[in-house]
Amino acid sequence: MEYFIQATYLAASVLFIFGLKGLTHPDRARRGMQLAALGMLLAVIGTLLKQEIVTYGWIIAGLVIGSGVGAAMSIWMPMTAIPQRTAISHAFGALAATLVGIVEYREHIEHLSHVKMAALGFEVMFGALTITGSCLAFAKLQGLVPSAPITYKFQNMSNIGLFLFALALFVYLIFNPGAYVAFWLMVVVGLAVGVLIVLPIGGADMPVVISLLNSYAGLASSATGFALDNTVLIIAGALDGASGFLLSVLMSKAMNRSFTNVLFGAFGGADAAAGSGSSTAGLTVQSVTADDAAIQLAYARLVIVVPGYGLAVAQAQHQVRELAELIERRGGEVKYAIHPVAGRMPGHMNVLLAEANVPYDRLYDMDDINPEFARADVALIIGANDVVNPAARTDPASPIYGMPILNADQAARIIVLKRSMNPGFAGIENALFYNPKAALLFGDAKASLTQLVGAVKNA
Amino acid sequence: MTEVLQLYVFVLAGIVGYQLITRVPPLLHTPLMSATNAISGISLVGSIAAAGGQFGGLSTFLGLVAVTAATINVVGGFMITDRMLKMFRRPDQKGQ
Repeated sequence: MEYFIQATYLAASVLFIFGLKGLTHPDRARRGMQLAALGMLLAVIGTLLKQEIVTYGWIIAGLVIGSGVGAAMSIWMPMTAIPQRTAISHAFGALAATLVGIVEYREHIEHLSHVKMAALGFEVMFGALTITGSCLAFAKLQGLVPSAPITYKFQNMSNIGLFLFALALFVYLIFNPGAYVAFWLMVVVGLAVGVLIVLPIGGADMPVVISLLNSYAGLASSATGFALDNTVLIIAGALDGASGFLLSVLMSKAMNRSFTNVLFGAFGGADAAAGSGSSTAGLTVQSVTADDAAIQLAYARLVIVVPGYGLAVAQAQHQVRELAELIERRGGEVKYAIHPVAGRMPGHMNVLLAEANVPYDRLYDMDDINPEFARADVALIIGANDVVNPAARTDPASPIYGMPILNADQAARIIVLKRSMNPGFAGIENALFYNPKAALLFGDAKASLTQLVGAVKNA
Repeated sequence: MTEVLQLYVFVLAGIVGYQLITRVPPLLHTPLMSATNAISGISLVGSIAAAGGQFGGLSTFLGLVAVTAATINVVGGFMITDRMLKMFRRPDQKGQ
């Protein structure tokens, strides 16, 4: 029987790897994930056959409740809420790992080796901070807590101090596995650290934080595997950990910030904005009517749409697609320029546009689309701000200096759909809006797009 | 020796993961994250052992909570990943 169980784990590990491989292409992705789900099913069946399992009642109860909640969450969750959902699911994953660690510790406290204690300690500490960190990230994304960074004096120092305290407890436990009090204290400190590291992080930095928490949740799972001597847990956790790590590196790069800067920088605070050297005082913006903007769009050969999170907030993805189809029907070409941090988590904007039936071959990554702006007749900027701010290229004093941006300023005309002249998420003025080629169409993105659709039809 | 083998597995799996995931296009980064999340719901395996073991009392209760939380991730994660991937329409499929 033991061989059969190990065979299911091996099969699951292989299927997980094939599953992730499927995700390298959108056409093979669904099939890949079905394989991964099959792998999960095999691993669960294998586990249920284990000798040490004596009662099934509680297992079945947990499986039924969990399936119900999980299914409900995925069926009715709107796509705009995916970042929140992901954040909370990191909390669930970390919760499971932490609890398994606690049970293991309670039941085997008398005969824990140093190595096993190290695995358990890592699992429980990272699990605990991922639980509360993810819950707070969820609350910020959901708007339950203000998404602005919350800062106070000596914040970094006290956070680092607390984290070092948790580490000290962890090291102490490795050598004294029986220290019950130290174990629980470490859990509590871990929970506190999770809250404290996410508090100073603003909404714009959420893509990095979510990825990082994803990585931690994976590492906690992997540590569970070490503690239970279960290879499939180690493998799956390592895959998750690697993925989260890689995504946080990519997201940090897209914002030209280092990990430490995201974690300790409290971006978007008043100080950052005040440091900007570029002044837009004395410059005026040109506004444009929907009819005039529509004429430009209707006769354009190439329109590049730059969607930002404002588009998702206004729920205007369908109007964009309708506008794009009209332009295409008139012989124009429409491409979408997707900045890596256009949404609230990596790749979020792609999902939102795919949901609105935009074919995926029109969605371009930053590196692929940037050379095309120079031949675009119109760059249509909808609810995006910092990702097209030329200050990132030209103004060393700007807090976003060095961040890779979309070269919207190279288009022949720039039409900006904007609610008001308030600065963007990072609180920085945007010189692009004052560019002589740019014209602003003020109003709610959805209303403006509906007007544009009507006007292009008549053009 | 077991620990050394575990470390081998961890490091090699991490490298395989890193290599694979660098090839996932940014287009699919959100489904990727929900997929890896579902996969890391494999801690369900450990949770089942905790809930069904002969521990009783608090440990069994914690195991039950762990099974529930992990199952939410597994079921919810795979379902929402599939829901997202279904939306990525091939260019030749016009309309719905």
